[in-house]
Amino acid sequence: MTGCAAPDQSTPQSGVDFAKETVITGVVRTGGAGEPVAGAYVRLLDATGEFAAEVVSSPAGQFRFFAAPGKWTVRGLSRQGNGDVAVTAERGVTEVTLTVSN
Amino acid sequence: MSRDTALVTAEWAEKNLHTPGVVFVEVDEDTAAYDAGHLPGAVKLDWKTDLQDQVRRDFIDRSQFEALLSAKGIGNDDTVILYGGNNNWFAAYAYWYFKLYGHQAVKLLDGGRKKWELDNRTLVTEAPQRPTTSYTAAEQDRSIRAFRDEVVAAIGTRNLVDVRSPDEYAGRLLAPAHLPQEQAQRAGHVPSALNVPWSKAANEDGTFRSDDELRALYAGAGLDGSKPTIAYCRIGERSSHTWFALHELLGHADVKNYDGSWTEYGSLVGVPVALGDQPGGAA
Repeated sequence: MTGCAAPDQSTPQSGVDFAKETVITGVVRTGGAGEPVAGAYVRLLDATGEFAAEVVSSPAGQFRFFAAPGKWTVRGLSRQGNGDVAVTAERGVTEVTLTVSN
Repeated sequence: MSRDTALVTAEWAEKNLHTPGVVFVEVDEDTAAYDAGHLPGAVKLDWKTDLQDQVRRDFIDRSQFEALLSAKGIGNDDTVILYGGNNNWFAAYAYWYFKLYGHQAVKLLDGGRKKWELDNRTLVTEAPQRPTTSYTAAEQDRSIRAFRDEVVAAIGTRNLVDVRSPDEYAGRLLAPAHLPQEQAQRAGHVPSALNVPWSKAANEDGTFRSDDELRALYAGAGLDGSKPTIAYCRIGERSSHTWFALHELLGHADVKNYDGSWTEYGSLVGVPVALGDQPGGAA
């Protein structure tokens, strides 16, 4: 049985047809220097602000969600601070940068 | 059961990392996080390879559970403190699983790995060496585990709580939004099930909401506390989190976790399925 845990965010997922998915992906960065933030808790919230999913950013700060077309918010929690960014996703890959600061 | 007996805080955990008779156990589906750093002295359990039968879709049996805990150095008298990633989903699942096999002294670390990390508390990479034990498990306590026929029979009569996200409940998504969406089974929910996402029971740092907030949450969703309740999700770990909130924190007497959950129900031939944001009837 395949579980529900969030997969490693730095590995490309084999067997996934990205053209059919609505992918929201990007990198968590610090507000000042723009350094990537590893190990941040990245949360996907739906248009009503309700929690939809959470992943932990990769060593290079990457994250990836499989959503649906529409409006979302991506929120990050980390030792370097928190932050959020609004996203309008369409089918295919939507890239965002999430900045966190104290 | 109550918050005092079922949960420990990160502060308590930090003071009791080396207390004799207290064993910390990290539980996850992917144990890479444990290998990169865990609470000092904590042993690891792999949700997939340790707790699931590797052939049938079921749990390891009583004697396998005894062998597992004996090998991990966990004794019948030990107080087991469970924690993990994914907002303690798999730790809550393991908590329910330990209760299923009769281990009484088990608690969850409130906030799990997330709060521990965000608080900047100590993580180590060395794995502890614990002497093996002779663990004795009880027969499964079926009063906390629901099977599919019981779920079908509960439609329109008992509380059914679907704890997945609103989009999974409505049938717009088939899995949580951190996973690819192509799946074999049908989308939707068990007719008459209320949708109370597990995440509403947790704060953003992974700790459980207060008892008052939890009571207001389930009452507001229309859960009738005088009736038995069955919780489910996709594979049974998010619903363990809600089972924990209802049974262990709020003290509801009759709450079961349906571990087959949507990956089983949504693949059954001939059962009713509801689509959309409303519970739907018993028809």
